[in-house]
Amino acid sequence: MHVPDGFFDAPTSVAAGGVALVGVAACLHGARRELDERTAPLAGLVAAFVFAVQMLNFPVGAGTSGHLMGGALAAVLIGPWAGALAVTVVLLVQALLFADGGLSALGINVILMAMVTALVGYGVFKLVMGVMPKRLASVPLAAGIGAFVSVPVAAVVFVGFYAIGGTADISLGAVASAMIGVHLLIGIGEGVITGLTVGSVIAVRPDLVYGARRLLPRPQLELRPASTRETTS
Amino acid sequence: MTTESPTTDTGRSRRTKLFLLAGLFVALVLAGIGSYYASADPDGLTKVSEDEGMAESETPHDLADSPLGGYETKDVDNDRLSGGMAGVVGVGVTFVVAGGAALLVRRRSRSSDDRDGTEVEASRP
Repeated sequence: MHVPDGFFDAPTSVAAGGVALVGVAACLHGARRELDERTAPLAGLVAAFVFAVQMLNFPVGAGTSGHLMGGALAAVLIGPWAGALAVTVVLLVQALLFADGGLSALGINVILMAMVTALVGYGVFKLVMGVMPKRLASVPLAAGIGAFVSVPVAAVVFVGFYAIGGTADISLGAVASAMIGVHLLIGIGEGVITGLTVGSVIAVRPDLVYGARRLLPRPQLELRPASTRETTS
Repeated sequence: MTTESPTTDTGRSRRTKLFLLAGLFVALVLAGIGSYYASADPDGLTKVSEDEGMAESETPHDLADSPLGGYETKDVDNDRLSGGMAGVVGVGVTFVVAGGAALLVRRRSRSSDDRDGTEVEASRP
């Protein structure tokens, strides 16, 4: 879903860039709570994995393909803020190194593929977890459902942007139905890939999955009484 | 004084390192080899843009001629190699940039609680 240059007028592109910058600042702030020495390198791995899987376009019929966006996957694995940040890095690398996604559309792409997918994906994941049994086995399914929903929502947000500042004279209704239709199909792929990936990590290292941290039998080690004092020696 | 036992801690961190290496290996294989087998059809947005007329206003990417533009390595004629090398470089760069950014923003263990006021914490007697 990488938006190329020329799709949006300058004011919309600049405004989206501003919103994306504020979003990145919020992510930097929020990610501090999600990352520590142990999990910080995992953020690098998650971003690298999302980059790799984004190269793997899968067919969705009628001469059309789709690929993972990865926001929901990253959010469940390392937390919503760190996850959005990881996908933002992927988009930056793609735009600057691989000419994928217009430079003037960078703000819009960050909003659509990093912010919207991570926050919607994680929000739906939490909602689904709320009604499912509190077991590790629930996590991959809930992650997959969150990922599935995040893709058509991103498509709707794209159409919203196009209504505000799209440059071509098109039928918004036709674009909306075509975008939502094809992205429901792509969302199925997103959900399957996300569920399988989260399931694989849960199978070997459930303690590394942010979305599963409340389900582990033992409490986390960093819980300490407030009175703990560091010795100076 | 640390509360965790040192042996458990290093064992965990070694296993985490192993997990990290295995994950990177998977990403490198997917991007370096698997990407060759990906569908070459236009993706959802590109297809809708072509069908509905949005593509008419598209302008070329400013960096289209860069060495790895379009996920192809310049001056490498073999498709498999050209795309594979681009994928491997992309995985490496993404890992370093995202991992580095995460290390910069992560919570420091010295002021281990979730507050922002690291300076306030540090100046405490």
